[in-house]
Amino acid sequence: MTSHQTGERLGIMEEGKAPLDGTPALNPGAATIPRREFLKTGGALVIGFSMRGALAAAFTNQEAGAPAARAAMAGPPDPKQIDTWLAIHSDNTATVYIGYVELGQGSTTSLLQISAEELDLDMSQVHTVRLDTNLTPNQGGTYSSSSIARGSPAIRTAAAEARKALLEMASTKLGAPVERLIVSKGVVTVGGMAGEAQSVTYGELIGDKQFNLAFTGDAPVKPVSDYKLVGTRPPRNDIPDKASGKYVYLQHLRLPEMLHARVVRPRGQTAYGSGAKVATLDENSIAHIPSARVLRKGDFVGVVAEREWDAVRAARDLKITWDIPAILPGSDGVYDAMRAEKTGDRIVLQRGDVDAVFSSAAHTASGHYRAPYQAHAPFGPNGALADVKSDSALVICSTQDVYATRNTLAGVLGLRPPQVRVQYYEGSGTYGHSCYDDVAQAAAILSQLAGKPVRLQFMRWDEHGWDLYGPAHVGEVRAAADAGGKIVAYQYDGWHHNWSAVETSAQLALGTPPAEWRDGAAQMVNPADCGGMYDIANVKLVNHHVPGMNYLRGAWLRSPLDLSFSFASEQTIDELAHQAGIDAYEFRKRNITSDRWMGVLDAVAKASKWDETPRPPAAKLSKEKIATGRGIGLGTHLTSYGGAVAEVEVNKETGKVRVKRMYGAIDAGLAVNPAFIENQISGQLVQTASRMLLEEVTFNKTNVTSLDWNSYPILRFEECPEVVPICVQRLDQKSTGAGEEVMAAAAGAIACAFFDATGVHIREFPLTPKRVLAALKTA
Amino acid sequence: MASEFKIRVNEQLHNVSADPDTPLLYILMNDLQLQGPRFGCGLAQCGSCSVLLDGEEIRSCVTPVSAVAGKSVTTLEGLPSWYAKQKKLGKTPGLHPVQQAIIDEQAVQCGYCFNGMIIQAADLLSKNPHPTDAQIRTAMNGHLCRCGSYPRVIKAIQRASHRMNADMVTPENEMLADDTEAAGVAR
Repeated sequence: MTSHQTGERLGIMEEGKAPLDGTPALNPGAATIPRREFLKTGGALVIGFSMRGALAAAFTNQEAGAPAARAAMAGPPDPKQIDTWLAIHSDNTATVYIGYVELGQGSTTSLLQISAEELDLDMSQVHTVRLDTNLTPNQGGTYSSSSIARGSPAIRTAAAEARKALLEMASTKLGAPVERLIVSKGVVTVGGMAGEAQSVTYGELIGDKQFNLAFTGDAPVKPVSDYKLVGTRPPRNDIPDKASGKYVYLQHLRLPEMLHARVVRPRGQTAYGSGAKVATLDENSIAHIPSARVLRKGDFVGVVAEREWDAVRAARDLKITWDIPAILPGSDGVYDAMRAEKTGDRIVLQRGDVDAVFSSAAHTASGHYRAPYQAHAPFGPNGALADVKSDSALVICSTQDVYATRNTLAGVLGLRPPQVRVQYYEGSGTYGHSCYDDVAQAAAILSQLAGKPVRLQFMRWDEHGWDLYGPAHVGEVRAAADAGGKIVAYQYDGWHHNWSAVETSAQLALGTPPAEWRDGAAQMVNPADCGGMYDIANVKLVNHHVPGMNYLRGAWLRSPLDLSFSFASEQTIDELAHQAGIDAYEFRKRNITSDRWMGVLDAVAKASKWDETPRPPAAKLSKEKIATGRGIGLGTHLTSYGGAVAEVEVNKETGKVRVKRMYGAIDAGLAVNPAFIENQISGQLVQTASRMLLEEVTFNKTNVTSLDWNSYPILRFEECPEVVPICVQRLDQKSTGAGEEVMAAAAGAIACAFFDATGVHIREFPLTPKRVLAALKTA
Repeated sequence: MASEFKIRVNEQLHNVSADPDTPLLYILMNDLQLQGPRFGCGLAQCGSCSVLLDGEEIRSCVTPVSAVAGKSVTTLEGLPSWYAKQKKLGKTPGLHPVQQAIIDEQAVQCGYCFNGMIIQAADLLSKNPHPTDAQIRTAMNGHLCRCGSYPRVIKAIQRASHRMNADMVTPENEMLADDTEAAGVAR
């Protein structure tokens, strides 16, 4: 559900190039295995040990109650075969093989809805398996909220094609033409006739045998008007077990004969370009824990022990010192440092002549805005299990992309990708590239060093401190409107560094030189957020790429940079509206022609009972201690359309801001399951409130210092706004992402609500009391 | 040095051999192979490891195993029977009403925090069967959720509250029908 695009990955990494090192590459060596070989060698790499009792079923990657899955071997299976995508079992159920991971967003259930729809099965008849490089197809990573948008076409058409084949078999069996056959719940009957002779089930037709059919994509899919399941709200298939405690998270897995492991690193990451060097290491310092031992490769240090607590305290007690250069700019100095860098500049979009129009416009607004590094901070720190042998490896982790992780692991271990099997187990919500690859590499290195299976659990400070953060950002924006409230010019200049391409484990263990991703859409000034929802004749968008070596590690964090863009951009739009004396909602309506942007804007305005009477913010500068305000904003990630309204309270004495209520609307095209999208919107609204009010990675010249929930606070129950999610259903449009697009809109809405309450534009988030008091003072 | 402990978890006695300062969480996860309590921070900041100790929510990640000897630990797995005993129900339901309400409200996203959410909510409702919105927020404030599921958790707790009060007057529960105190008695 989060962020960054496979297409972009294609653009910046060379396909097929060997991963040196931990660099995320696009499945090098992952050549498709011919179908015949796939069958012949099936099972060759099945790892032959069993998990502890309760988990045995989980390890075979089988849902409880589901029929046996096919044999496993190094994938990816051939996407041009129907059998790669689904299997029909004797009990008239289907297993659908999906290349997108379940992250708690419900997309697994949604994709099963699509499969069941095309196959004419009901939801109780469709199952799936966890992602596994020996079982599931390679559909790219689960990025950019793309599970439905990019995952569903193959799954929908494969299901339609399988249904077509099944009906042809039924036609022969029943002696009736296909046109006369009717399917319900996998039972094929000859139209209008009852009785056993006139019906046959899918299970009876093919039960657990292969289709052995090429996947052509030619079978017609159902017209939307025939949908019975898609667009409805069946409940998520993972929630009952998550509520009862039966759900197996990555953190629950154990391997026989395994050791518990912890990594030992400086508390809080150091500058990306220089890593950390071990200065002194005293292995005797853990002699009081007899079962524990130190494992080291280069500057990568870990401890292993038979008992988990022994590993935890060995990591705690180990005496180690590090050489760390004092070259970070510090969280207070980071914006000036980035702004002063010699940057790689690229004009993302240029239309008309901003300068020419700006000088003569009736209303102009401009501002310099700052957004901090923010952490993924998954609620349960990442973990991984690894069993590395001389010629094979099994690694179980919570990656968003099993095949990409397989490639980087192969590079780290000195194996070929097909020798590495990666299995996905859900951890806690990752919201982008947290430490899941880092921990997988670390576990694999430790298993290789130990010669035994290893379970590595990151501690809270490892995850908070060595995350690949959503990069800090400086935005400079200016816009102009004519006397009638028409926006005539817009310019956005953004400064930030790119994502880090080498994991900490590879860097420390192998000395892999740090590298950055090259520019890609989700790392650059985003035309969709930066004025793109408005019709503006003169636009200039410039991306200033800051070299990232002397900064923190970066990666995609849910709705990457979008909150930062919208925070700056929507406040600028609001300022123009204010100058023109036009209500913020009305002003936006005057500048939008897209019915899809208008749809989400109207949806949140209506839900919040927006009063279009212009409200001069100056009037709000009353003597009241608590000022209230409302704001409206638009934004997206790369696709879909997000709108939001926020209602806030600002305590002018303490500087405390509370978001009281939020309304969020998304138009993500055809909503396969609107209930899941509403849940996603609710989460996006709450998480945006958290990120705008509280979240900020802090660091000094040497290390990150926000290492837990006290030093990196997130929103709690008492501060949580009421939320109203709205899913705009568009049956005639293709499904697009729904996991992050409301966040940008909501970030803008909160900032605009602050202005409405106080008459002050807030130039930097999070809106902490200290920052708010300083801003109010300058007003 | 390892010591022997007898600990009562979900009404069963277990003998464990562990260093006395081993946090209870590691015993529950590794020795007893329970999936409810789970590691989140190890610092008592987040609530993912919560269990009931003699009916009170505690953080098992900072509670040494030596401190629970002679006391009764209830984990997510034991919550339905803890509830049945507390409410003097004739039989143990499959799920605690909070668990059922979480499903009914589809409150979960990733769900990792829900062990603690459910344990704390069960603790709250055992003491305050009709909590207000503000009381729920205060009681739950020590439990974090990265996914932002708070609004739905609040709704689920309200739903469970209604459900639990309805439980008191179901036919199979007639012995409690006139015992208005029962819902508020924790242990």
